[in-house]
Amino acid sequence: MATILAVDDSTSMRQMVSFTLKGAGYDVREACDGSEALDIAKTQQFDLVLSDVNMPVMDGIQLVTELRKLGEYKFVPILMLTTESSGDTKMAGKKAGATGWIVKPFNPDQLLNTIKKVLG
Amino acid sequence: MSIDLSQFHQVFFEESFEGLDIMESNLLALNIAEVDSETINTIFRAAHSIKGGAGTFGFMQISGFTHVLETLLDEIRSGERDIEQEHIDMLLQCVDCLRGLMSDLQAGNEPDMAQADELKIHFEKVLANNSKNSTESENAGEPCVDDKSTSEQGRAGWIVHFIPCEDVLCTGNEPYRMFRELKDLAEAVNGSFEVECHRQSLPKFSEMHPEMCYLSWTIHIRADVELSDIEEIFEWVVDDCDIRYEPLSDSGSDTTVEAVPESLVPEGETSPPLHNNDAVNTDPKVSAAAEDNLKIDSREIDSCEIDRNEVKAKANASVKVTKKSTETTSIRVSIDKIDGLINMVGELVITQSMLGQLGQEFDMSRIQRLQEGLAQLEQNTRELQESVMKIRMLPISFAFSRFPRLVRDLSKQLSKEVDLEMIGENTELDKTVMEKIGDPLVHLVRNSLDHGLECPEERIRNGKTSVGKITLNAFHHGGSIVIEVKDDGAGLNKDRIRDKALEKGLITKDDNLTDGQIYDLIFQPGFSTADVVSDVSGRGVGMDVVKRNITELNGSIEVSSIPGEGSIFSIRLPLTLAILDGQLVKVGNEIYIFPLVSIVESIQLEKSMLNNITGSQYVMQLRNDYVPIICLQDIFNIKTARQDLEGAMLVVVEGDNGKVGVVVDELLGQQQVVIKSLEKNYQKVDSISGATILGDGTVALILDVSGLNTRTSDKKNDSHIHAA
Repeated sequence: MATILAVDDSTSMRQMVSFTLKGAGYDVREACDGSEALDIAKTQQFDLVLSDVNMPVMDGIQLVTELRKLGEYKFVPILMLTTESSGDTKMAGKKAGATGWIVKPFNPDQLLNTIKKVLG
Repeated sequence: MSIDLSQFHQVFFEESFEGLDIMESNLLALNIAEVDSETINTIFRAAHSIKGGAGTFGFMQISGFTHVLETLLDEIRSGERDIEQEHIDMLLQCVDCLRGLMSDLQAGNEPDMAQADELKIHFEKVLANNSKNSTESENAGEPCVDDKSTSEQGRAGWIVHFIPCEDVLCTGNEPYRMFRELKDLAEAVNGSFEVECHRQSLPKFSEMHPEMCYLSWTIHIRADVELSDIEEIFEWVVDDCDIRYEPLSDSGSDTTVEAVPESLVPEGETSPPLHNNDAVNTDPKVSAAAEDNLKIDSREIDSCEIDRNEVKAKANASVKVTKKSTETTSIRVSIDKIDGLINMVGELVITQSMLGQLGQEFDMSRIQRLQEGLAQLEQNTRELQESVMKIRMLPISFAFSRFPRLVRDLSKQLSKEVDLEMIGENTELDKTVMEKIGDPLVHLVRNSLDHGLECPEERIRNGKTSVGKITLNAFHHGGSIVIEVKDDGAGLNKDRIRDKALEKGLITKDDNLTDGQIYDLIFQPGFSTADVVSDVSGRGVGMDVVKRNITELNGSIEVSSIPGEGSIFSIRLPLTLAILDGQLVKVGNEIYIFPLVSIVESIQLEKSMLNNITGSQYVMQLRNDYVPIICLQDIFNIKTARQDLEGAMLVVVEGDNGKVGVVVDELLGQQQVVIKSLEKNYQKVDSISGATILGDGTVALILDVSGLNTRTSDKKNDSHIHAA
């Protein structure tokens, strides 16, 4: 089954995302900020990265930028979790190389639908 | 699949409360003159997380309210707006308000939104002053419903011209995925789907970059699908790829074919986008379509409403179940502590298996190995015990963190200038003790601010700086933790305390009291010397309650003061309530335990030290002090062989009311004992603070030194006067 890296500084969101995805059979690992995610991504190849934007230490945009620099993550789908008010953030994410976004608040079904579409 | 989101609520509340604390402390640290962008970012992030979580977990009241402050913070963060004191005040109010709302939600109650709504209106007013931005961001939030969709036209299907940007693959957007989705979409309504690939833009092989996408496609979707569904599939690439949609007419497929090559000329030379032309031609239809869209929107909103109701219903249903569980608090423990524990459990298992093996084939020749094993077991147990206790320990900054805000608000209210210093914030303390010490500390700080510190003019008159100083200091001292609340104010007024105590009948005119005893009077119930009873403190219901709370924690409080220079209240607390270092003593056949910290010294009585006061009441002279003597055998009615005080073993202990000598038969060893509550298992007994179980399985009672002491306190005052 596909492996997913879920990055969010909010524990409740991370738990929710991870619980939902694991329930659907995906293999999920969690990271609580961009820099932790980057370290994990270097040791293990993921099929998809799901990241919050606003995080301490390293934010989601920086994470995408850094991941795209790695050969292994050049074409891997990276989805940003953004809030509806942040139109600029979407653009910044795209510019950095994010594949797309999932708009918060979302429910588990919406999340799964999007992930399924991307991973096929 | 539907997932019960309520299982994440507890975590959400905990992290939101943490977020609010972070917001508060950072707001207080914010210096308007020199705004630190990282501080603003931290505040923004906390608000943002709360809003995101609240939305996801169905607390729409919270996310709606948080949205306005997030907007304001975002404007400040991006430099569109300068931060003003007013903003900080408002944001702090919001923090309080959110805390209230969250507590209500956590307890399963419907929150009262009155204050939140008021604040929200206030915020919207402030935001409207610079409305350029807010309307912009609202627009950005709307899906761009423009002139493209014409639902009537698309009945036969759609043609999509898709010219991706060259680096589309480098964002992880695989065109194949979109085609697959389009195919699913078409086939869902029994339509058909064709993709035509255009290779005109392929460069020469030598110029080709392997990571670039040079192809473009024309997709025919012959199915009755909504344009918005197709647009959604391309949502992530619409901004940097060239995508055009045109309705497929039943007959006129020729014209669209003609249009294709035209659309494939390289960028820059492209003719005006097709849909623009369409828009001009079909104006009336567009408005019809827009209306359609509106209808859909409102339907969507309705369904949202239903969702929300469902969530509420679910939340209510789960409240009944979780009501009990909200009472059980949780604790966050650093992973190091847990790792340490696991390590030690590992060692314990090794020791256990070693002993087990030894037991199976034991003979007396191996007794030494058995002893070694037992010694190792003892060490493992002690280490394990220490680590488990550490889990309950939290840095005292948890209790201190509320003071910057409190001092700020209070000093404003009282028009005093105050500088708060906190020292030793990393000193660790048991969680239970921490929770109970919060309120007494607040009272002491309020008291220092209100009564201790003078107003700025008076301070200057007295040759001090206008800014008063309050220091909170926490440190470990022996087996206990000491917390000091220090101010550099006027100090306690001895004469006034004395007069007041006389007036209240707490002392008589003839009482000859030391300074310390006079200061101690402020802890008497109903005592207040404030000239004017203020909002802040001074209703005279404080200090005695403070003292009682601290005594309940097996702690003590002392005050010292120098007129004109300030006062220090120091609280001494045990590190933990669960384990105690004890001195075992024997009286008759019973074993009692003294808390080791309370013992000053143990001596053998000599006749020369003894003075008989009245009947059976004795005091002894211990260097320059007179100490009352009590016999445990009398208090607990124990038969013992000893009749005479001379040569008896005496343990001198110090409690709240000074020293007292306790006569025992024999001193046994010292050991750590686990405290079991008597109240929970039996009932409260005077002079006993708890019980424990000894190694041989018998129960031993732990003596309450302050309780023993009050039995003699009447006589003790006499003894002081004798000594004076």
